[in-house]
Amino acid sequence: MYRYDSYDQKIVDERVAQFRDQTRRYLAGELTDDEFRPLRLQNGLYIQRHAPMLRVAVPYGLLSSTQVRTLAHIARTHDKGYAHITTRQNVQFNWPELKVVPEILAELAKVEMHAIQTSGACIRNITSDPFAGVAGDEYIDPRPWCEVLRQWSTFHPEFAFLPRKFKIAVNGATQDRAVIQCHDIGLELKRDAAGEIGFRVLVGGGMGRTPIIGTEIIDFVPWQHIITYCEAILRVYNRYGRRDNLYKARIKILVKALGIAEFKRQVEEEWAFGKNGPNTLTEAEVARVATHFTTPAYETLPADDAAYASQRAANPAFAAWTRRNVLAHKVPGYAVVVLSLKDPSRAPGDITDAQLDQVADWADAYSFGEVRATHEQNLVLADVKQSDLFAVWEKARAAGLATPTFGLLTDMICCPGGDFCALANAKSIPIANAIQARFDDLDYLYDIGEIELNISGCMNSCGHHHVGHIGILGVDKNGSEWYQVSLGGSQGNDTSIGKVIGRSFAAAEMPDVITNIIDVYRAQRLEGERFIETVRRIGLDPFKIGVYGDAAIIERKQHA
Amino acid sequence: MPKLIKNGSVIDDAAQILVLDETQAPEALSLPEGPVFVPLAVWQAHKGVLSDNKAVGVWLDSHESVDDLAEDLDSLSAVALNFPKFTDGRAYSGAALLRTRYGFKGEIRAIGDVLRDQFFFMQRCGFDAIQPKTGKYSDAQLEEALASLQDFSAPYQAAVDQPEPLFRRARRAA
Repeated sequence: MYRYDSYDQKIVDERVAQFRDQTRRYLAGELTDDEFRPLRLQNGLYIQRHAPMLRVAVPYGLLSSTQVRTLAHIARTHDKGYAHITTRQNVQFNWPELKVVPEILAELAKVEMHAIQTSGACIRNITSDPFAGVAGDEYIDPRPWCEVLRQWSTFHPEFAFLPRKFKIAVNGATQDRAVIQCHDIGLELKRDAAGEIGFRVLVGGGMGRTPIIGTEIIDFVPWQHIITYCEAILRVYNRYGRRDNLYKARIKILVKALGIAEFKRQVEEEWAFGKNGPNTLTEAEVARVATHFTTPAYETLPADDAAYASQRAANPAFAAWTRRNVLAHKVPGYAVVVLSLKDPSRAPGDITDAQLDQVADWADAYSFGEVRATHEQNLVLADVKQSDLFAVWEKARAAGLATPTFGLLTDMICCPGGDFCALANAKSIPIANAIQARFDDLDYLYDIGEIELNISGCMNSCGHHHVGHIGILGVDKNGSEWYQVSLGGSQGNDTSIGKVIGRSFAAAEMPDVITNIIDVYRAQRLEGERFIETVRRIGLDPFKIGVYGDAAIIERKQHA
Repeated sequence: MPKLIKNGSVIDDAAQILVLDETQAPEALSLPEGPVFVPLAVWQAHKGVLSDNKAVGVWLDSHESVDDLAEDLDSLSAVALNFPKFTDGRAYSGAALLRTRYGFKGEIRAIGDVLRDQFFFMQRCGFDAIQPKTGKYSDAQLEEALASLQDFSAPYQAAVDQPEPLFRRARRAA
């Protein structure tokens, strides 16, 4: 993974000094609340319900074991013993005191970490495929490009006060695992006819209040020009994006208002000036960054380890875990392990300081010292030998990190919601835990099969509810918490936005609602058909009948 | 006298910012004595007269485009860009465009809600004059705020103050 040189280190060290002074001036009354707010947000610091919340950047989800140990230390020393993995592959601490945040940043800087631009109206953490470098369907490794973009976007002077936040994701595999269609800029690595690397660029996707799938603005930008092309997009957005209404300030609204043809014309006009300028990438720089992402020292191993096969045969629980949480690796004899953070006794995505320390140890022992965070709020050991899987499983199980439900109903994406977040309309964690408690039978979960259930506590959509096969959105009705259900959303190559099925529900109704939806699926599915495929084939009406009864449908049709 | 940060140090500055209230039409010109920044509308109504007066600059609000000044820059020695709120970042693009697209060599001044924690970004985008509102900072605070111009010593990306990105300026360790 990328290691800092003296320049990278200096920038994060200078950031610590800058934020230390800003915090000092705020506490001394020299900065008002309004003046300090964007400064602390651009450093990932929110003032939440209970205390400040600090969001630490994990660029494109990659962590070293040393960094994981520092996160454990921070959770232990400055938080209440846990951390939270976010849907942007970042890490959040919920309880640090404002006055110690500069100290936390200094500790992070020692292990090449920071909280730069993890919030605020600026370019946010670049996200990517959590299986980058190991997935069999990858054709270009996205990580060097993510790092190049990270450096370009860090403290970009022109784009520090955009109309609104700006998110970029990069994918380089056949299957999109980075949700690039729901980003302000989605970048798809590709090759042209001559074999040269470049990017297909999507623009104006996003979730939030107005979910929109990104539109292709150009089908190929040669790699040398990707920064100047992004700068042209950002400049048009910075100048002409709406600033009068927070809810209409994302680039997707500008793209929609202008139409993609006119937006593209403005971007190309801008790009004509910046193209071939100094920010044009050089082969030397890309090569320098790419040397940090070389293949680790894999051993030559048989494709199928004999002991691994017999361990699976002898131990059904291990076999079940490997079927769900162990994924194919491009190198023979290796596997990708998903460490589940979806234990029903904890909030989805939460991990304790002790667990973090253990994960760091396993990374060192079994996976070249690296860990990845996923936007689905799990951790990944990407390079485990098949012959080590049993040992990893035993340790993970003992630590509560081997819930064998990756990709199933209870492996849900869930924002922190009203328990922590000041923006939320409703709690989301208790809904997640109630659904996990209802669906606690593994055989039943396996029978239901692959399904994505995503929960957001408000319209900001941190829980990605718009692209959940089942999406749950917390809404406020006259001061009480209600939940709206949508079906048919999807991430990946066939991204779609879910449709709301009808009136919202009280929290206590939610496990029954999900049960009713699943019952309709199980009754209607064809052989081998996944939930999302059934929804697409039969439409929403059978599910509405299952949830609301016939009367509701008949009444709606009469009113239509 | 109002203070101004010019090329990295604090100086006295007598220039006035002419603001039209709703009852004043740009066509009715009444200039104060001495150096002054006039609104874009006044400039456009009177540029024939004003363009020979080196004491006159133009100020643009954040919704106004520097493109509208492109033809006039040869006759201007200073342009001020207003930050109605410090979170309104349009003027960063405006300053960058004046320097890079239009080659403007005169003064570019940041006015309005100008705070020290934005100085670094302003300087990088081509502002060579930074003027917080009178009374926002004491003289001592303004001197102290000069430190913010040096918040970061080696930025990554190319910008007006440093037209080469780090990867072209430095030999970096692999």
